[in-house]
Amino acid sequence: MGSLQNTTEEVLRLASEHFKVPREQLAPDDDFFKKLGINSLQALDLLTRIEHHFKIELPDYELQGVSDFRTLAERIQLRL
Amino acid sequence: MLDLHKYQSLGEALRAALERWPNEVCLIEADRDRENARLTYRQFKQAALPLAKALQDSGFKSGTRAAIIMTNQSKWLISAYAIFFCGGVLVPLDYKLSAAEQLQLLAHSKAEFLVAEYYLWRAIMQAEGFKDLAARTVLVTEAPANADIGAAKRWEDFNDAREPVFVPRKREDAASIVYSSGTGGRPKGCVLTHGNYLEQCMALTALYPFYPGVRYLSILPTNHAIDFMIGFIGPFTCGAAVVHLRTLRPEYIREAFTRYKITYMTLVPMILKNLERGLRQRFADLPKGRRRVLDALIATNRTLTRRRPNLKLSRALLRQVHEAFGGELRAFFVGGAFTEPSTLQFFYDLGIPVGNGYGCTEAGTVITVNDFKPFRADTVGKPLPGMEVRILSPDSEGIGEVSVRGKTIMSKYLDEPDMTAQTIVDGWLLTGDLGRIDTAGHLQLFGRKKNMIVTEEGKNIYPEDIENAFEGLSVKEFCVFAANYLWPARTLVGEQLIIVLHPEDGRAISQGLVANVADRNRRLLNYKRISGYLPWDRDFPLTASLKIKRGELAKQIRANVERSAVVPL
Repeated sequence: MGSLQNTTEEVLRLASEHFKVPREQLAPDDDFFKKLGINSLQALDLLTRIEHHFKIELPDYELQGVSDFRTLAERIQLRL
Repeated sequence: MLDLHKYQSLGEALRAALERWPNEVCLIEADRDRENARLTYRQFKQAALPLAKALQDSGFKSGTRAAIIMTNQSKWLISAYAIFFCGGVLVPLDYKLSAAEQLQLLAHSKAEFLVAEYYLWRAIMQAEGFKDLAARTVLVTEAPANADIGAAKRWEDFNDAREPVFVPRKREDAASIVYSSGTGGRPKGCVLTHGNYLEQCMALTALYPFYPGVRYLSILPTNHAIDFMIGFIGPFTCGAAVVHLRTLRPEYIREAFTRYKITYMTLVPMILKNLERGLRQRFADLPKGRRRVLDALIATNRTLTRRRPNLKLSRALLRQVHEAFGGELRAFFVGGAFTEPSTLQFFYDLGIPVGNGYGCTEAGTVITVNDFKPFRADTVGKPLPGMEVRILSPDSEGIGEVSVRGKTIMSKYLDEPDMTAQTIVDGWLLTGDLGRIDTAGHLQLFGRKKNMIVTEEGKNIYPEDIENAFEGLSVKEFCVFAANYLWPARTLVGEQLIIVLHPEDGRAISQGLVANVADRNRRLLNYKRISGYLPWDRDFPLTASLKIKRGELAKQIRANVERSAVVPL
């Protein structure tokens, strides 16, 4: 199991690839809805990509109330 | 379908349905590509009656209120039927609310029983105010073996094999209390009767028939009035099947169409738009020649179905498109928020009509819906059979407040006689929406008179409900408004909330204050956030009990400041 920092970094990388935004423009505390200009369905798409990458299952509800990369990484970390 | 005129209550009608179609599948629960459950009407009954008996053993009586807080799944419907069987009043709560908000509505509804999914119950147990929870029996579904569920009982173990006693209810009795808003201010608990639901069900299924073999894909939460009606009561009283999908992920929704040969589905504009985007991308990726053929077929279909849909023809012309949706899809229903006409037209041209509708919980869900005679992308359709729609105080263009009368209008707001009297006047429900009825009898919507916004996800957001996120700001006073309420705009697109900040006397709005507002805003769910602030230097008008007179304040702001004074956050 990697550290939370590594997980956060991986999440940022996946988001950058998925939404075609340069990695350096994204920071752990960014609000991904605002920064990426996405809606909740597009955020769910990212969740699927994260699942495949980490080989875990994240129910939709894990995204409930989450809007920054760091908190998302924390939710992932709990399931690694 | 059942002749619903014959029945007095939802419990009675559902009970008859379970007897009428014992071998038909009524419910499938899928999660991603897994199938968790598949029940016939007989098996559904076998699952629900032991629960009903256990409820009765625990003192559940006629009129007892029972809340459900669960995501979209089979146990929701099984629990709801058991509650109706016992003569109970259902309180469906939104699982997306915070635990504190759920506790607030549980207290307001005075629900004595609660059925909750484990992860939601876990959050409720940790919330402030949990110790005041008055529900005396809590049933928790899907709790892991070693999970701490406090004093709650496990839903899966809560049953009694003996025969429960069916408790009859009358049409005028309350069937449910559905909260349309008000976690921050005064909760609006719409009391809907058995008669409201039965009438609505008859009107809807007359327009869009359900029958054994029909499969309805349910992805909206069942606590949502639309899904409760079209994804539970409607199909069940017609012998049809409901497919619950426990995820909203686009890829699994697409798979569900083909796997389950879906007939109907209800969605919110955001999901419809997402499907459109996906299809347009696939069309754009086609080789040039095939793309040209597809465009020609779409144009042909559009011409030939101009007057009315012709499913057989559309399926033949655009076979691959229809096969991608399972080959059995008859229509989508969309509502809850504004849908762009271009999206509706896009699907219609493919031979997939979208029943664009308009409604509200207070009206028993649907008020108007497109009947496709012919298809219109620019309206929300005609009133449902039995529903009267009137425009109050129309201006020179015929636009005024939409008011509605019919057998599906709620009986009242729970414990709020004044609010009820302001909302239902001489039998007419005042919707707070602005509209016009055109010469063909279609309703067109133009904006809102009320202080609220609706997001593209179909969520109604009331400013009062998010103000507690800003409590303790270092200002003299503040108030949240829908921007279009302050400065009326004839649009239902891109609605936003703003906060009015009145700093302490002699002070200006500091950077620190703005940063604090932005920080608190970030902690709100993304669709509840405010988009800017309006500096204001006068005292707010207050009532004798020191509450803000919102209408009066809005008037003052409207008269003195323009929308351009709002500073974006």
